[in-house]
Amino acid sequence: MSRPEPVTQVKRRRDLALSVIVSQVPYIEFLGVRFDRHGDELTATMGFHDNLIGNPMLPALHGGATAAFLEITAIIGLAWSTLWDDIEAERLDVEAVQNGALVLPKTIDFTVDYLRTGLPRDAYARARVNRSGRRYASVHVEAWQDNRDRLFAQASGHFLMPQSHG
Amino acid sequence: MTKDQMTAARQFIDAIPHSRRLGMQLEELSDGRAIISMPYDSALIGDPVTKVIHGGAVSALMDTAGGAAVVAHPLAGLGTATLDLRIDYMRPATPGQTITATAECYHVTRTVAFVRATACDEDTGRPVATATGAFTVVKASA
Repeated sequence: MSRPEPVTQVKRRRDLALSVIVSQVPYIEFLGVRFDRHGDELTATMGFHDNLIGNPMLPALHGGATAAFLEITAIIGLAWSTLWDDIEAERLDVEAVQNGALVLPKTIDFTVDYLRTGLPRDAYARARVNRSGRRYASVHVEAWQDNRDRLFAQASGHFLMPQSHG
Repeated sequence: MTKDQMTAARQFIDAIPHSRRLGMQLEELSDGRAIISMPYDSALIGDPVTKVIHGGAVSALMDTAGGAAVVAHPLAGLGTATLDLRIDYMRPATPGQTITATAECYHVTRTVAFVRATACDEDTGRPVATATGAFTVVKASA
């Protein structure tokens, strides 16, 4: 029996794959969103910034910033779940991804429910892939701020999966 | 819509930091209708291969135009918040082109304003995305 892969090596491989995927999308950096990983679970964080404000009187996060945050979380979550097996089998060509070979799922439709005012502080989100087929996928996203069980927004959307040729 | 209301609505939109950060410009505002444009910016790219703007930026544009249409409606108040927003993406926006959203607040009750919106790039005959949404009606006297 072969010995299990050393934990540092596992983490290095997964974290490298995640950072390379995320770094391909300029809008993620523009919004100030980052991803934390525990095993295969991703949590997105949108660090608060004045540029995210939509109502300066309250103040409150812009509904568009919240929608974009949720859509980013859904797309990266979906791409991550479909690439996971390749990452684990060391089949993901990191260099090719860095050179622009990564084809991300495309949004078909996206519906956001605004449950509470987005407060001027960090926001967190996690995506759940409810169905991932060869052509279409359905993803649900939840976002919260201070309390995990008090969501301030949720969304669900349908995505067109990248088609492999042949 | 009175001149004061129009000025207030214009100021309301100009004072939104996130919309300004995305380079949004108010093009037109009339009773229950708003047209807002967003120029192409490589920082907003969502698809690294095609250089197409991220859907999230289009959502932000639709949300801003929708909110502006509500604020510009004679029966709605001077503030609003989005209750829900659904976006359908018809095709990728052409890289390099400005995206313009036209939003119409087509019905207002005492508590809710209903909006539909369309976003186009320079090929105005083929929409990039459409949206429908519900927004809160905030009245000063409430």
